[in-house]
Amino acid sequence: MTVTRGEATKPPSPETRRSHVPGDGTAGAAAVERARKAMLDDARPRRRTRIGADVVCEALIRQGVDVFFSYPGGVILPLYDVLGDYPEVRHILVRHEQGGAHAADGYARVTGRVGVCMGTSGPGATNLVTGIGTALLDSIPMVAITGNVPGVLIGKDAFQEIDINGITLPMTKHNYLVRNADDLPRVFAEAFHIARTGRPGPVHIDITKDALQQETNAEHPTEEQVIAGLPGFRPNMDANGRQLKLAVAEIAKAKRPVILAGHGVLHAEAWDDLVAFAEKTQIPVAHTLLGVGAISEDHPLSYGFMGMHGWKHVNRAIQSADLLIAIGMRFDDRVTGNVRTYAPYARIVHVDIDPAEIGKNVAVEVPIVGDAGRVLRALLPMVDAVEPAARAPYLEELAEWRRESEASSWHGSGAWRDGLLSADYVVARIGELSEHKATYVADVGQNQMWLARYTGFREPNSHVSSGGLGTMGFSVPAAMGAALGRPDRETWAITGDGGFQMTSQELMTLVADKIPVKIALLDNKKLGMIRQWQEIIYAGNYHSASLPGPDFAKLADAYGIPAFRAQTPDQVDDAIRAAQAVDGPALIWFEIAEEQNIFPMMPAGKGLSDLIEKWGGADE
Amino acid sequence: MSGNPASNGKAPIEAVGGLPAPASGPAHIAPPARALPGGGETRRHTLIAIVLDKPGVLNRVSSLMRARNFNIDSLAVSHTDQPDVSRMTITLHGDDVAVEQAAKQLYRLIDVLKVQDVTSEPTVDHELALVKIRATDSNRAEILTIVDLSKGRVIDLAAESVIVEVTGSEPEIDAFVALVRGYGIKELVRTGAVVMSRGSNSIEEATKR
Repeated sequence: MTVTRGEATKPPSPETRRSHVPGDGTAGAAAVERARKAMLDDARPRRRTRIGADVVCEALIRQGVDVFFSYPGGVILPLYDVLGDYPEVRHILVRHEQGGAHAADGYARVTGRVGVCMGTSGPGATNLVTGIGTALLDSIPMVAITGNVPGVLIGKDAFQEIDINGITLPMTKHNYLVRNADDLPRVFAEAFHIARTGRPGPVHIDITKDALQQETNAEHPTEEQVIAGLPGFRPNMDANGRQLKLAVAEIAKAKRPVILAGHGVLHAEAWDDLVAFAEKTQIPVAHTLLGVGAISEDHPLSYGFMGMHGWKHVNRAIQSADLLIAIGMRFDDRVTGNVRTYAPYARIVHVDIDPAEIGKNVAVEVPIVGDAGRVLRALLPMVDAVEPAARAPYLEELAEWRRESEASSWHGSGAWRDGLLSADYVVARIGELSEHKATYVADVGQNQMWLARYTGFREPNSHVSSGGLGTMGFSVPAAMGAALGRPDRETWAITGDGGFQMTSQELMTLVADKIPVKIALLDNKKLGMIRQWQEIIYAGNYHSASLPGPDFAKLADAYGIPAFRAQTPDQVDDAIRAAQAVDGPALIWFEIAEEQNIFPMMPAGKGLSDLIEKWGGADE
Repeated sequence: MSGNPASNGKAPIEAVGGLPAPASGPAHIAPPARALPGGGETRRHTLIAIVLDKPGVLNRVSSLMRARNFNIDSLAVSHTDQPDVSRMTITLHGDDVAVEQAAKQLYRLIDVLKVQDVTSEPTVDHELALVKIRATDSNRAEILTIVDLSKGRVIDLAAESVIVEVTGSEPEIDAFVALVRGYGIKELVRTGAVVMSRGSNSIEEATKR
């Protein structure tokens, strides 16, 4: 078959070629500009009516949202069309929706307010899902907004249509599909109320494109109307008095009590109440991963971080305790290990706002359902004050255990002594040089545990970490939100090379929106925690543990981010100070020892008494 | 290979750090294992859930039960006397603690107004079944006698089959089905249990607004 080539395929001569863009200053250019303006005016009359998209912006403003993280797309464009009319809300254009969701999460964790992220239908919505799941497992107040295809196209497999409502249903506190603009005020008011009330959590609102475009006069409901409209949502804030008395009796007879402080203390903003309670009763406070910052680590009664990679002395205290007072924590498997051997001598008082958490993982003697702050404030006048001297033998024994454990496991493997750079040394220096006053955002894996153990936390909500879902790639985008939420603090993203490579596209967002995140990239050219498990549990079968990365300094440079590099311990302080001196984002590339492990380690399925403290027989 | 010399290819040693019993505890015997939540006797439980009649509420309930590893035996959903409120009767097998956990999880759903485990209460516990039984001229009379004695009702009579409606508790229906199985069951459909507490108590009244 022969193809007859027509005249049209000949390249046009320069004289006859027609450009779509007339040169500047010509009459043609002016005409095009006039037509363009007319078209815009036509699309958006100045005195236009209120549409669904306006309701969304109004609702965000009413809820006190000052910043949100989003990425545009076809069906969410009606919202982008009106966004310019609401300068009160700062829109951060992320480079990937997952980054937006983590940023909203980070913002919520440091401010205690509801974080907001948004994306379009289909892939935009599914990209948010990891961030929503992260927020669910860590009980983070978040409202995630997605556009959806016009109502008539739902169920027709339209372009970029996915049943995102069905996807987020089991991984949100509640979710909505809005097909009518008149429902938007109520739905937004409910969503924010649900997200932040009781045990916080993510709420997803899916809005069809036509609902964003419909005209509406629907008014925003008051908080009372919202509560009246949610008869099935009545979180129990105040504890039952009888249960409190039982708890007081347990506390009075306990000889070796330990408080286990969790994320609930931070959610309830009950850090002062916790300290007052601990001081009055002279009970040491251990904390979970997300409970970091519930008590300042330099407080005499702060005992440290518990669990799989927690301090040996803390786990030892729990294993020998006769009473655990668990406040706002949920006995996660990373905290208890094998439940059968967990705290074998202890009776348990469990305070949580979510009744479903009580008796879920461990059987408890005294369940108390209520807000951590209100419960602690109710308990404080009821408990007897204990003189420090009365607990002296117990506290002195704990102090002895602590000295022993810190002396043996400080700087984990000791690799830094050979001139190699060790990660725990890096995070300790970051903590020191930022005077323990920054926000520290962890990624997931070894870096997360080093950060939790060695930074030294003094302030509540200064530690941001994906604890429940363990989402790699969390650090940089979450730090972005954290830096915007608490601009008064320095913000450090401490990440491994694995997690960093998952979401490094947000470096551009940091630059474009001038978000001054300091990134400490702990590069061991490995998936360190994977390598550690393979070494210890899988007999050294290191499949896929090596993770070659790019030249991170060049990468940062390509984004216009100043990069610093440290390969030996003596370069660390200078690099940190240099990054701190940058006005804006900065990256430090720490090339750390490649095979450093994090110890102690409780192998999964084992108990808290089965900690591995060293490996390979060398003196550590 | 650079890195931590301590962890390079050496033979692993045994985990250390076995913790001593505290001074107050009995040093010579191992501590008793901590009891796990639940682990008790498994039996059939009946949960009644009063829920708001919102789109997707059935999906929320069933999705939650699946995600939390509970196996629903039967689920019956219907309207109540209140226009925007539905009632679900869920039967499932599990020990008391597991089912209590299921009920607590259901409470976390925003659209759920009330959940009650009525297993230990005096209740009326009924379901309805339609059974299409193979019938011939020679055994039709025999089948009809069994239906009659079982307080069933024939609602469709055809040349080669009968459809029988029976109501009663789950074991009663099980018994009837076993009785007629020999004739050949062509089709069987059961509604699942609907349950109501005896006496003047009302689970629904507590949710009235």
